[in-house]
Amino acid sequence: MAEAEHKLANGKTRIDFQTAPDAYRHWKLAVEGDAATLTMDVDENAGLFEGYQLKLNSYDLGVDIELADALLRLRFEHPSVKTVVMRSGKERVFCAGANIRMLAGASHAHKVNFCKFTNETRNYVEDASEVSGIKTLCVVNGTAAGGGYELALTADHIMLVDDGTAAVSLPEVPLLAVLPGTGGLTRVVDKRKVRRDHADVFCTIEEGIRGKRAQQWRLVDELAPQSKLTEKVAERVQALASSSSRNGPQKGVTLTRVARTFSGDDIVYSSLKVSIDRAARIANIMVIGPEAAPPASVAAMLEQGAQFWPLRIARELDDAILHLRNNEFEIGTFVFRSEGDAALVRAYDEFLLAQKDNWFAHEILHLWKRVLKRLDVTSRTIVAMIEPGSCFAGTFAEIAFAADRSYMLIGQMEGDNRPPARIVLCGTNFGPYPMSNGLTRLQSRYLGDPGQLDELKGMQGEGIEADEAEELGLVTFAADDIDWNDEVRVFLEERASFSPDCLTGLEANLRFVGPETMETKIFARLTAWQNWIFQRPNAVGEEGALRRYGTGRKPNFDMRRV
Amino acid sequence: MLDLINVDYSTQIPNNVDLASDRQLLRALEKWHPGYIDWWKAMGPDGFQEQLVYLRTAVSVDPKGWAKFGYVKMPEYRWGILLAPQEEGRKVNFGQHMGEPAWQEIPGEYRAMLRRLVVIQGDTEPASVEQQRHLGKTAPSLYDMRNLFQVNVEEGRHLWAMVYLLHKYFGRDGREEADELLVRRSGDKDKPRMLGAFNEETPDWLSFFMFTFFTDRDGKMQLESLAQSGFDPLSRTCRFMLTEEAHHMFVGETGVGRTIQRTCEAMKAAGIEDPNDIARIRALGVIDLPTVQKKLNVHYPLTLDLFGAEISTNSANFYNAGLKGRFQETKIDDDHRLTNSTYPVLKMVDGKIAKVDEPALTALNMRLRDDYTEDCAKGVERWNKIIEKEGINFRLDLPHVAFNRRIGEFRNINATPAGILLSDTDWAKVRDDYLPSSSDGDFIASLMKPAYEPGQYASWIAPPRIGIDSKSGDFEYVKIAA
Repeated sequence: MAEAEHKLANGKTRIDFQTAPDAYRHWKLAVEGDAATLTMDVDENAGLFEGYQLKLNSYDLGVDIELADALLRLRFEHPSVKTVVMRSGKERVFCAGANIRMLAGASHAHKVNFCKFTNETRNYVEDASEVSGIKTLCVVNGTAAGGGYELALTADHIMLVDDGTAAVSLPEVPLLAVLPGTGGLTRVVDKRKVRRDHADVFCTIEEGIRGKRAQQWRLVDELAPQSKLTEKVAERVQALASSSSRNGPQKGVTLTRVARTFSGDDIVYSSLKVSIDRAARIANIMVIGPEAAPPASVAAMLEQGAQFWPLRIARELDDAILHLRNNEFEIGTFVFRSEGDAALVRAYDEFLLAQKDNWFAHEILHLWKRVLKRLDVTSRTIVAMIEPGSCFAGTFAEIAFAADRSYMLIGQMEGDNRPPARIVLCGTNFGPYPMSNGLTRLQSRYLGDPGQLDELKGMQGEGIEADEAEELGLVTFAADDIDWNDEVRVFLEERASFSPDCLTGLEANLRFVGPETMETKIFARLTAWQNWIFQRPNAVGEEGALRRYGTGRKPNFDMRRV
Repeated sequence: MLDLINVDYSTQIPNNVDLASDRQLLRALEKWHPGYIDWWKAMGPDGFQEQLVYLRTAVSVDPKGWAKFGYVKMPEYRWGILLAPQEEGRKVNFGQHMGEPAWQEIPGEYRAMLRRLVVIQGDTEPASVEQQRHLGKTAPSLYDMRNLFQVNVEEGRHLWAMVYLLHKYFGRDGREEADELLVRRSGDKDKPRMLGAFNEETPDWLSFFMFTFFTDRDGKMQLESLAQSGFDPLSRTCRFMLTEEAHHMFVGETGVGRTIQRTCEAMKAAGIEDPNDIARIRALGVIDLPTVQKKLNVHYPLTLDLFGAEISTNSANFYNAGLKGRFQETKIDDDHRLTNSTYPVLKMVDGKIAKVDEPALTALNMRLRDDYTEDCAKGVERWNKIIEKEGINFRLDLPHVAFNRRIGEFRNINATPAGILLSDTDWAKVRDDYLPSSSDGDFIASLMKPAYEPGQYASWIAPPRIGIDSKSGDFEYVKIAA
């Protein structure tokens, strides 16, 4: 399939992940007291790319960017909201899933990154419930097919209108010869614990399952007749609210637009700078430490709002990762460096941990958790260069631990009188930022030597220099100024010479060690299978199901099992 | 030996499918039967379950002699399972399986698609009975009442026909779907019928005639295209249903025709020439022609909606799979595969109505709809002939396909019957010129008085030229005082 066939709509040249409720085309976010409603009412003529219409509440990446934005705003701007009702603004259709014509015309890379982002957003719905007590009720008022049902699956409670027509379905296999790839297969059996043979039947019935059987098979939680829907929803919202632990104030923190400037191959944010080296296919990403000490009090922190440094840079890093992932497919390596005062970085971490019972600090820590997870599942080589002037402390050190490799300079470069680089550990390295496997990055790193972890815990706050860091296993290689430039250059050049597909597979396999969770299954197992199927002629060949979809012509399958 | 022509009455259910020896099917149908009777009693014609009605019952599928007339109480009507005779060596006549022998059993890969087709068709049959259940109380004559009930029992039989297919070929799922057909209710908020037009009210007799003219004609088109099916039992079922459907359209066409006839006659008798002199015409107790046009403006677009979206993947799949063909498929001179041809479709392009060539496979709904429109136009012309013959200067017209739509390309725009686009504000100003206002509705309702004496006809409708079964117009078609 030809790459990048689709052109962005309205003459745009890049996908922008920033939006705000007043710019939404597809979702409406309404908040009343402690209850929010997220209404999906997709504007069929406002697709992200040219060449398709988003009929029947089907979605593309643009629709999901709005959803992700709304979910983030619920957490920061509406700290008192306990429940979200997710529903459709269209009659007799909830959501028809990802738009098939969009998928059929999209490049493989776009499809994969689209699915990755939607998966991250689905996980975020569940995270909001688990850690912040935002309970979601999904009201399925009509067809919830494929990605539409997968969206419903993220909710704490699924209510299906019982009108003899409304159905939930995962029709991908019979209809499109692909998988329900946004967590559907995993959530059906792992989260909702649908029996595997029932799931097998369910996933091969194009029109899905309605009414009583949907409930008996655990595909939905509750049925509601149309005439009683309003009451039933109100009852359920009440019940969910009483199970919520959320108790933030009415007024939250407004998420102002993330400021950034594109200039040539540079993107400059307030506390982050990306410089793209196209020839080397590298994005150099500099994260910049805070300039001042953390505020003296919670009130002062709230006063700073979206400009509060940890929140500001978390959003900047998130935006940069998403931009690079979705707009810069040829950039194979992210090289992270940091600049600033490690003591200040650590001071912010300690401040957040001390205030973690405050709703705002709580949400910021969880946002960092999410951004770091986003980095973990990014299919680019991640490298950390730890050099004099850097501030890889606490949260920033997590970036280095997320890297596939890290290099640390021993001592100083000739002519540079800044003190040698140091890594500083603190509480944020030992708990608040678990990876998708449920372990911290250090736990994953020391899977074979858990004792080392205890030693490191005792070293919090110390500046660990290169030799020691290498010995402790915190970095891959330490090199002095004589070797440094060659070491680094040769590594990056060698990396750039490998097959990008292999690197994606290699890195994904090595990053997530240890136990499996629903998240790792979704990102690893389900996504990997899906990506294989997405490449196969049975799906995307000229006579494959995705290509033939909508033409009325039947796909021609290669019937050999692989 | 299986007798394909004569109907077997040895079971409770008249049939020509050798029901007596098909234990599995017999068990399924006999289990479903009480529920059906309950449904009929609850949702069938209201207030006339005990009356003797002079109805036609199918006793043979031989086109020459399949109908037998006699008095029957409707709940005792013998709904049966009747398929057109099997044609030796019939083939799949279109799509990718063209030329293969027609299927006598369901191909596994098309099971879901076929079931959906059968269920959607099946759902419309009881729906119209439900929509029309109150009309007996305002019947303009016993003749019309009898026609209404004939239509109703035959819609009931059409439900049987679809249930037969569900029971015979779709196993447990089919039985569940057959049960669901008795659970959904026209216009019910909780369990609505599947298609929009079948959830609308049929408030008066003119609506009923319009419905049987326009909406039953959609039924005819759907049955015609299903009669082409490569799944032979479906084809045979639909072919027999078509003979009955023809009568329903006859009821609609002559019903509207007799209404028009009566209006013209009354106008002439009163010396009124201007068809728009509405107050004076209404004072005669007849329905003015502009109001007839407004009713037409409701029913035609509503029925166009039943053809679905202009561009449809489903209909393309149905065709390619050989399950649902075009109107008179075998008489069309082309490759019957349509993989390389296009069909012109009216769409909204940059805010204007424009003709766009679309791949013919995905435009099959439009092809069928265009054939339908052509069929409707002929009927409307026959009505115009009546008006012309009476010397009244008025014409009834089918409105533009963009007018008054709720499904497809034109659902979000306002267009006049001539196809001129209007803003919301302008539309609000002229709406009542084109569609019945509440006072139009009130006027029609005021005419809906029953006429229960044999030979008596309501003021607004002319008697038929000939009665049913060669009986006269004053025959006692329904014994009210049974």
